Amino acid sequence: MKQIVVISGKGGTGKTVVTGSLAALAQNKVMVDCDVDAADLHLLLHPEIKERHEFKIGQTAVIDRQLCVKCGQCLELCRFEAIRPDYTVESFSCEGCALCHYICPARAIRMAENIAGEWFVSVTKYGPFVHAKLGIAEENSGKLVAKIRQVARDIAKRDRLDFIIIDGPPGIGCPLIASLTGVDRALIVTEPTLSGLHDAQRVMEVARHFSVPVRMVINKYDLNPEMTDQIDGYCRDYGVPVIGRIAFNRMIVESMVAGKTIIEQASSPLIKELTEIWEQLEE
Amino acid sequence: MIIAIASGKGGTGKTLVATSLALSFDGEGQLLDCDVEEPNAAIFIKPETEKTIKASVPVPVVDESKCDYCGRCSEVCEYNAIVVAKSKVLVFPAMCHSCGACTLLCPRGALTEQPREIGRIETGRKGGLRFVPGCLNVGEAMSPPLIRQVKKLLDPGQTAIIDSPPGTSCPVITAIKGSDFCLLVTEPTPFGLNDLVLAVETVRKLKIPFGVVINRSDLGDNKTEAYCAAENIPVLLRVPFQKEIARGYSTGKPLIEILPEYKNKFRRVLEEISLIVKRSANKHEG
Repeated sequence: MKQIVVISGKGGTGKTVVTGSLAALAQNKVMVDCDVDAADLHLLLHPEIKERHEFKIGQTAVIDRQLCVKCGQCLELCRFEAIRPDYTVESFSCEGCALCHYICPARAIRMAENIAGEWFVSVTKYGPFVHAKLGIAEENSGKLVAKIRQVARDIAKRDRLDFIIIDGPPGIGCPLIASLTGVDRALIVTEPTLSGLHDAQRVMEVARHFSVPVRMVINKYDLNPEMTDQIDGYCRDYGVPVIGRIAFNRMIVESMVAGKTIIEQASSPLIKELTEIWEQLEE
Repeated sequence: MIIAIASGKGGTGKTLVATSLALSFDGEGQLLDCDVEEPNAAIFIKPETEKTIKASVPVPVVDESKCDYCGRCSEVCEYNAIVVAKSKVLVFPAMCHSCGACTLLCPRGALTEQPREIGRIETGRKGGLRFVPGCLNVGEAMSPPLIRQVKKLLDPGQTAIIDSPPGTSCPVITAIKGSDFCLLVTEPTPFGLNDLVLAVETVRKLKIPFGVVINRSDLGDNKTEAYCAAENIPVLLRVPFQKEIARGYSTGKPLIEILPEYKNKFRRVLEEISLIVKRSANKHEG
């Protein structure tokens, strides 16, 4: 079983569109959407949800106003500015450290279990799909990512699947690290802009840090051929193979609007390019 | 007035809007780049750097001569960042949230805090614009502490633009919390709309007045416009797709430099925002 993650550093480079195409091209696989903050892959895969689970993690402080003597200690010691001056808790700022619970002389603060989101196991026409929805303003997205990856591994083992295809989150922080560690290969989708190059460089460093082999695809490469060459050169120096270049094409937006993967909707040059990308990835 | 630029989804043009809005100020202003995982505003602002500040978080250090291995620190740590063995205390700094519980609750005062660097802030200037960008070190998992430190450098006397990270979880909440207005940048595709709806839920939860900018407004469908109309969300600016913009942007040019007529458009956006903020402040007082 091989795990392949599609990442980008920067958002909006076409990560999900590429992941959707790989989902259509790969055989015997399970898909995972690890962008739990702003999951989009379901818009292309149209999952039918079979299992729904609550994701319980962490805790939030709750102040009992009857017991509270307004001594101000919690307000002063909380480093996350989660206690308001009227002694209520701003739940979206509370990190659940429980410091306030321990130091409250009136024992007025208890910690309540937190439901941080939901995760799902679905069926799609391309195979099983594990995805999640993080509650608004919730933290611990890295742990939710770790959870759904584990579920996908279990499914892959049970059904003897060859691939796990992961749509990764943007950035380089905890959700990305949780999506990247332990995979067999990372595909970075970048676009030929200065910010695209800048972010791809940072995400390549993270991948190197965790010893994950990397491949690169340049999306919308013809929007700035000089920048594409520059990214090519950078990748060569860094030892990262560029395995595909996708031209800017309004059809990609049209297939997204139609809720279809490029493979189902778009023209043959795009399909050929993506098939070649997949062939180089699965090796 | 503090205006946060957010988007739910990445790549919708948050930095495009944030940098041009900041550069269209008449007088003094400031731009804080709080997208510390992937800070890109500097590419467009090209500031003169003034000083570099190392950003760090406090992590516990154990004085084993005072420690009796009672295990209290490990018991109170919600993040499994401290493990106490028979005659050894192990601290895992990368897992520490710097809440201070272990240090404060150690019965023998054996724990103190020492700074651990997580990133840096390179303050700079471009004309009348003060520029404060945070940059998280590669390999660091937690960005909110750095975002909080960038925001501590905000000068309350001047209008501020905050470029926020994508998403709807802790980093973006940390970035937009305390703002007077939130400008949500989206694009008219199903992906853009899906993430816009999440972003709207987020700013409503934080009770921050908000409006929308539609980027690449002529690509995709009209469902985003319909959603904004149905939800009574003001659309403050539409930027159609133009190869000229995409090309200029790819080389690090701000939108108001690529197409100077946008300077006036962004000024009008600023005026509209200050009207909305005033109206919402009056409503709160009334």
